[in-house]
Amino acid sequence: MAPPPDHRRPIKRAAISDQQRRREVALRLQADRRSDAQNRARQLASSVLSLGPEPETEPEVEPEQEMSDASGQLAGRTDLDPVRAARLRGPEVRRWFARQLMLPEWMVDVPPSLDRDWYVLPRPSGKRCFVVSSNGTTISRLRNGSILHRFPSNLPNGARTKDVSGPASSYSILDCIFHEPDETYYVIDMVCWRGYSLYDCTAEFRFFWLNSKLSETGASDPPSQYHRYRFNVVQIYECNLAGLQASYSGQVPYVKDGLLFFNKHAHYQAGNTPLALVWKDNVCSQYVLDTDSKGQIPSQQQVVLELQNDGNLTTSDDPPVALGSLSRDLIAQSGLRVGNLVRVAIRDDYMRLVDGKLDLGKLQLVGKTNHSRAFADTYSKVLFQHAARHAPLRIEDLVASIQSISSTDKSQASDVEMEG
Amino acid sequence: MALEVTQFLLNAQSIDAATRNHAEESLKQIQEQNLPAFLLSLSAELANNSKPIESRKLAGLILKNALDAKELHRKNDLAQRWLSLDLATKTQIKTSLLQTFSSPVSDARSTASQVIAKVAGIELPHKQWPELIGSLLSNIHQVETHVKQATLETLGYVCEEVDPQVVDQDQVNRILTAVVQGMNATETSSDVRLAATRALYNALGFAQANFTNDMERDYIMRVVCEATQSSDVKIRQAAFECLVAISSTYYEKLAPYMQDIFNITSKAVREDEEPVALQAIEFWSSICDEEIDILDDYRSEYTGDSDVPCFYFIKQALPALVPMLLETLLKQEEDQDQDEGAWNIAMAGGTCLGLVARTVGDEIVPLVMPFIEENISKPDWRRREAATYAFGSILDGPSPGKLAPIVNVALNFMLAALSRDPNNHVKDTTAWTLGRIFEFLHGAAVETSVITQENCQQILTVLLQSMKDVPNVAEKACGALYFLAQGYEDEGSVSPLTPFFQDIFQMLLFVTHRVDATESNLRTSAYEALNEVVRCSNDETAPIVMQLIPVIMLELHQTVEAQKLTSDEREKQNDLQGLLCGCLQVIIQKMGSIEGSKYAFMQYADQIMDLLLKVFASRNATVHEEAMLAIGALAYTAGPNFAKYMPQFYQYLEMGLQNFEEYQICAITVGVVGDLCRALEDKILPYCDGIMTQLLKNLSSNQLHRSVKPPIFSCFGDIALAIGENFEKYLVYAMPMLQSAAELSAHAVSQDDEMLEYTNQLRNGILEAYSGILQGFKSSPKTQALVPYAAHVLQFIDTMYGGREMDDAVMKSALGVLGDLADTLGSHVGPLISQSSSSKDLIEECMVYDDPLIRESAEWAKLAINRAVSG
Repeated sequence: MAPPPDHRRPIKRAAISDQQRRREVALRLQADRRSDAQNRARQLASSVLSLGPEPETEPEVEPEQEMSDASGQLAGRTDLDPVRAARLRGPEVRRWFARQLMLPEWMVDVPPSLDRDWYVLPRPSGKRCFVVSSNGTTISRLRNGSILHRFPSNLPNGARTKDVSGPASSYSILDCIFHEPDETYYVIDMVCWRGYSLYDCTAEFRFFWLNSKLSETGASDPPSQYHRYRFNVVQIYECNLAGLQASYSGQVPYVKDGLLFFNKHAHYQAGNTPLALVWKDNVCSQYVLDTDSKGQIPSQQQVVLELQNDGNLTTSDDPPVALGSLSRDLIAQSGLRVGNLVRVAIRDDYMRLVDGKLDLGKLQLVGKTNHSRAFADTYSKVLFQHAARHAPLRIEDLVASIQSISSTDKSQASDVEMEG
Repeated sequence: MALEVTQFLLNAQSIDAATRNHAEESLKQIQEQNLPAFLLSLSAELANNSKPIESRKLAGLILKNALDAKELHRKNDLAQRWLSLDLATKTQIKTSLLQTFSSPVSDARSTASQVIAKVAGIELPHKQWPELIGSLLSNIHQVETHVKQATLETLGYVCEEVDPQVVDQDQVNRILTAVVQGMNATETSSDVRLAATRALYNALGFAQANFTNDMERDYIMRVVCEATQSSDVKIRQAAFECLVAISSTYYEKLAPYMQDIFNITSKAVREDEEPVALQAIEFWSSICDEEIDILDDYRSEYTGDSDVPCFYFIKQALPALVPMLLETLLKQEEDQDQDEGAWNIAMAGGTCLGLVARTVGDEIVPLVMPFIEENISKPDWRRREAATYAFGSILDGPSPGKLAPIVNVALNFMLAALSRDPNNHVKDTTAWTLGRIFEFLHGAAVETSVITQENCQQILTVLLQSMKDVPNVAEKACGALYFLAQGYEDEGSVSPLTPFFQDIFQMLLFVTHRVDATESNLRTSAYEALNEVVRCSNDETAPIVMQLIPVIMLELHQTVEAQKLTSDEREKQNDLQGLLCGCLQVIIQKMGSIEGSKYAFMQYADQIMDLLLKVFASRNATVHEEAMLAIGALAYTAGPNFAKYMPQFYQYLEMGLQNFEEYQICAITVGVVGDLCRALEDKILPYCDGIMTQLLKNLSSNQLHRSVKPPIFSCFGDIALAIGENFEKYLVYAMPMLQSAAELSAHAVSQDDEMLEYTNQLRNGILEAYSGILQGFKSSPKTQALVPYAAHVLQFIDTMYGGREMDDAVMKSALGVLGDLADTLGSHVGPLISQSSSSKDLIEECMVYDDPLIRESAEWAKLAINRAVSG
């Protein structure tokens, strides 16, 4: 029996041996992993490049109470990779950008081992923004993605001046709050420095880096021709009794708007995270209670929620939490569409906490929100606002939790879940 | 000044080893001392009719080997050596060779033909020996029969040896005229007719122009068809071989001849001797190949953009073709299932039926079903086997919707036949058919799988039971299990295999230990099935796979420890080691990818590594390759922890990189360097001097198989990305290599698809290297070191873009490099990029490309460049 011709495979013989398959799988995995590695290397660059000096519509100035608005966001629901993000245009760029900021949850419970695992800082009131310096210019973007300022600065590559330290294209990204009264950017976090990514570094390291690097550049100098705004570091405290007291009642050169807490071990994580928390009361903030669209504090708590196609109203958490629903008739009457953000009022006597879950009871439609609103409220914000009206988490509670930790068993307190 | 070499040539064939060695040594010395004289002596020996035929034949063979070799670099060296000989010597040798044609000794003539073809293969592309064809054909009509035969044979060899482009159309016409005349029925010598028919087979590639001329084509086709009716079986076979070659080379010219060819082939299939019948079936298989390709093109995204239209020959011939092929299935041979290399009419017929099914799809089903129904239960095993074989053959092609109802009815019957049919052939084909059912009608890609939770258990029971059957049946049962498992690879935690993992592993391990496991490829099949079941494990079954690790390690340990083996045992041992390493590789990949099992797995890492290092002591290529792949997988899973194995492993890594002869190992090792870079990142730094030295050596060697070069360039990128600015010290060596390779590949004119594909692989490798280096240096103070190379990189991309032969992968990599250049070097390259207009065009062009990945890369590059240019 002669063998078959070279190119003719008998149908009963396997088309490809498992060995060949193993070889091909190995090669494919290698190629995939190479391209992953390259994409990771390109990732940071593209997230910055995509926000480059493209024509921008007028920034939509948000209502005064930044924090109340800043609490609403859409975290990681669409996991865009930056290469794809580079394709986005106009409003999409802003929307994508808005998701790159780390957004603290509102503190409704005191986390365990607050004194050991957390930092605290007095939060400046103002506009939360990302500041990017690269190639001779500095751009700040609000959390909705729109540009706040484009200006020269003493940040690395932040102005068209001779900078001897590294290539002009290397960029730095700071997480800031712009404080109008003294026209100063207060730096609350450092994401990238001279092209060196700090995304995957712990808060402990980032703050150390922030404090040591920012001063080297002269970014904290008073404004000048090539340095339009001053950048100041916010004093960061260990969250022990002294640190908490200092940030709560200490004097700061800016208008205070609550306290920010950072878990020391957490990485910089885009979107909502329980590893950064915000807390406020009337002593350390002028904006404890949410205002309505006219800037007044309404008598009943109002909540901004997103209308889903099943009529449910949900928060901007990932996954979204449904807090109530609207009837089809009402939706039709009010001309609402899926995805609209609606403002609803809660009648206090209907709202209940059942087994730790929020039940809003009857919702009363107030109206649609204005256009600059990008996101619904988060669940933690709704809870915090509710508590603030009824049984607020007080500074005494925070102090007590620190004292109880330091006086009792500490082993329990090590049970912190890391997500970063 | 011819030397007397006869005695040496005769002694070199002596049965006495000492005499032989001495003679070979002497011949070698003469060759080294005076090559021209040596070659002259050989050609004179071959031409001399008074010399013994043994010395003449060996003289011709040595001469031939002095002109050509298998390895490409050696082949080129020999060609250069011939070309540099003085003209007088070459002329004299060629004259001797042509003289040998008139020799009455046919072996001498035939040897001379082959040598002439080798010389032609070297000289014709250099426009030398232009008179060759003319002098061969000058007196073709007057010469004696044996000279005519030698001439035609030589023409055939020359056509086989040289590219059609190097022969003028005028000479082609003369060759074809002589060849076709020699084939004509009026030629009385069957030796001449056979030589002419075989020559035509080789000359078909030269006949492009002649096949577009209706009259000439008609003539050639008529002569070929007539030759299929010759009384000489060799001529008939050679003529059908021509038809097969024509079917693929000139498919689009065949329409007018198809009716005749069908009649000729079906008569041959039914009545002629096996070698002829096989070629007749091959003709239809070849037509299927063509139409499957064309129809694939039709279906691909470039709709209707195929160069050649489909003439639907198979569809038209279907009603007559299918019955003809079904008849062949009944011509099985008794022992064909035990013989792996077997090929006969029944096997060729089933293979062709399978291709027909892929060509026409649903239409074949009603034509085959009556045959299956009629025969599947007949007492004669041949009928049952043929019916099953027919069923198995048509499972790839028709839609699952068409086949599923039939399979649903047939499945129970098949399972019963596999358990109970008294005939091994029937069981073999039944198990194979079940495998085909699972391959094509089951799995995530099939909308409604014929396998359900309920029948899966029954199927498994039967398959596992059959693994105890005779080796060839057990082997097919393992194959069927392979495809059954493959269908559940993407299934996640709901796989119906889950409850049976333990039983399956147990049975497969039992099979690997059968004393007859080396028969019928059984052991290999069992391990392959094992691998596939491992691949479809999940969170739930991972612990069972984990239990497999010590078992496989123990087996591997035993092979490593085994000593004093006979060469036969050694070979089996090597096979087994390869299989075990392959199995470990699959387990490592799988356990590393299941988050919950990774840590549990890592406790075995030390032991596995220890064993794999011992395996490298083996000198078998396949084993090395498998062990290397397993190590690559282990490195990826272990990540930076792999660093602790590097001191011991490094020597084997270097050994792999130095393995030029077994270049697949070299290529695999280069890939593993990439795995190591990604696992170790900057911890690979201490080994980079050694690795880079070896890689650079490999690139400068002309002995290394070219297919390894593109991965080496990509590997530069992997290394640079891992060690960042530390790559600086290699720039001075790596960059010139990249530049010269870039230069060559940018200007490469690709004559054929294979060359084009290679050129694009090379380009892609070079671009990946540039990307890795640029990215590695990003944000480093040493970025400046790259600025001098930017212009060349841009020029490389510009040239490729101008050449218009980039494939998608190259395009995407090129866009990446453009972006990386801008991103890393910023304003330093802004002006350069602005000047590179084609790069701008390339990006614009790619922004509207169909492939979203290319569009994205283009957008990204554009943003990066805008930034660099404006800054």
